[in-house]
Amino acid sequence: MKTLGQTPSQTVGPYFAYGLTPEQYGYPFRSAFRPVLAEPRTPGEHILLTGRVLDGDGEPVDDAMIEIRHADAGGRFVATREEAQASGFTGFGRCGTGTDPERCYRFETIKPGRISPTQAPHIDVIVMMRGMLSHAFTRVYFDDEAAANAGDEVLAGVPAERRETLIARREALPGGVVYRFDIRMQGPQETVFFDL
Amino acid sequence: MKRDLPTQTLSPRDWTAHPPYRYPDYKSTVRRGPTRPLVPLKRALSELRAPVYGHDAVGPLDHDLTRNAAVNGEPLGERIVVSGRVLDEAGRPVPGALIEIWQANAAGRYVHKADQHPAPLDPNFLGAGRCVTDKDGFYRFLTIKPGAYPWGNHAHGWRPNHIHFSLFGEYFASRLVTQMYFPGDPLLASDPIYQSAPEGARERLISRLSFEHVEPGFALGYAFDIVLRGAQETPMETRK
Repeated sequence: MKTLGQTPSQTVGPYFAYGLTPEQYGYPFRSAFRPVLAEPRTPGEHILLTGRVLDGDGEPVDDAMIEIRHADAGGRFVATREEAQASGFTGFGRCGTGTDPERCYRFETIKPGRISPTQAPHIDVIVMMRGMLSHAFTRVYFDDEAAANAGDEVLAGVPAERRETLIARREALPGGVVYRFDIRMQGPQETVFFDL
Repeated sequence: MKRDLPTQTLSPRDWTAHPPYRYPDYKSTVRRGPTRPLVPLKRALSELRAPVYGHDAVGPLDHDLTRNAAVNGEPLGERIVVSGRVLDEAGRPVPGALIEIWQANAAGRYVHKADQHPAPLDPNFLGAGRCVTDKDGFYRFLTIKPGAYPWGNHAHGWRPNHIHFSLFGEYFASRLVTQMYFPGDPLLASDPIYQSAPEGARERLISRLSFEHVEPGFALGYAFDIVLRGAQETPMETRK
């Protein structure tokens, strides 16, 4: 039974970096969460997930903070610290867009497995920035998982013409596999955001 | 670890409590907030667990902002205790929740390199802290009361004194980033960020002067409880 009202959200503002992403931005404080989710020894295909956050004018946002969470290569979520230590996979990452010259966020991680037969491999994403009073949830799917994507129950609930906004593009570069995923806050290609 | 019952879901985000994505009085929301309706996404609780944080995430002084960045003395300003409980909507405490805070110093200046407000930095104050709620959902920080500072949003725009809070609680989807304000602040009336939260809910963002939380002769106390989305029984008609 509900007895209390939810505490309202407020913007993360422009000055979150030394509190939430201090190591990435070079402030003298440990980070609780980092943009590197996997160690070299972590099982699975190692990938870089990167992209920009674009505002309604198509301009890259340099003070956004992105958080991602996903299952391991076997499709399991990290449930305990001990599991994270054993695999070297944290299951969660956080990155600001203010340190990369292109205003990209960059996550070093592994490609997730399927968590259930009715869901394609995917990454849950939280988007926040100065100028957002409440955060937004979205999802990253993979363009080389067409068959799995076609059977995904969440994508099925998204209007067909907007599904493309949730698909990351794979590029095999000399340094490794990169998935590119831009987040468009507005415009004809506005990313699908979920009421999770 | 707590078992999730298959009949339970997370209570929905209450949009009568949270600000809208676009709120024209706060100008940068106009080109940054999503414009299309959100697509509903209901997931099992087992898919929504909060991230695991490492053993090293919280150091012994992280809750004490008057000491966690001290170089050659104490930070200037009015010492305050900020404490309270993290609860879900049913009033159940949320134990083990990592809370991250950041704030301006007593002069209204952030350590962040982008803050150009010509107020002094304090060599003994970073303004970032962290702690974890205890088994009854209680948390406690010792810090300095942050100052007000100007911003370019509108004429005579000054942000009221505030402390930024970030937490997940038990679930990825109960994520909350918010700001705590101080009672009686005359700047609240003209602050579009505070005013963006619906009336009847925004008052929950104002802490309360609390003599229970003071350290006598040392620091004033402010109480600030935080209420997150929680597990609820799925109504029969929507149960799958």
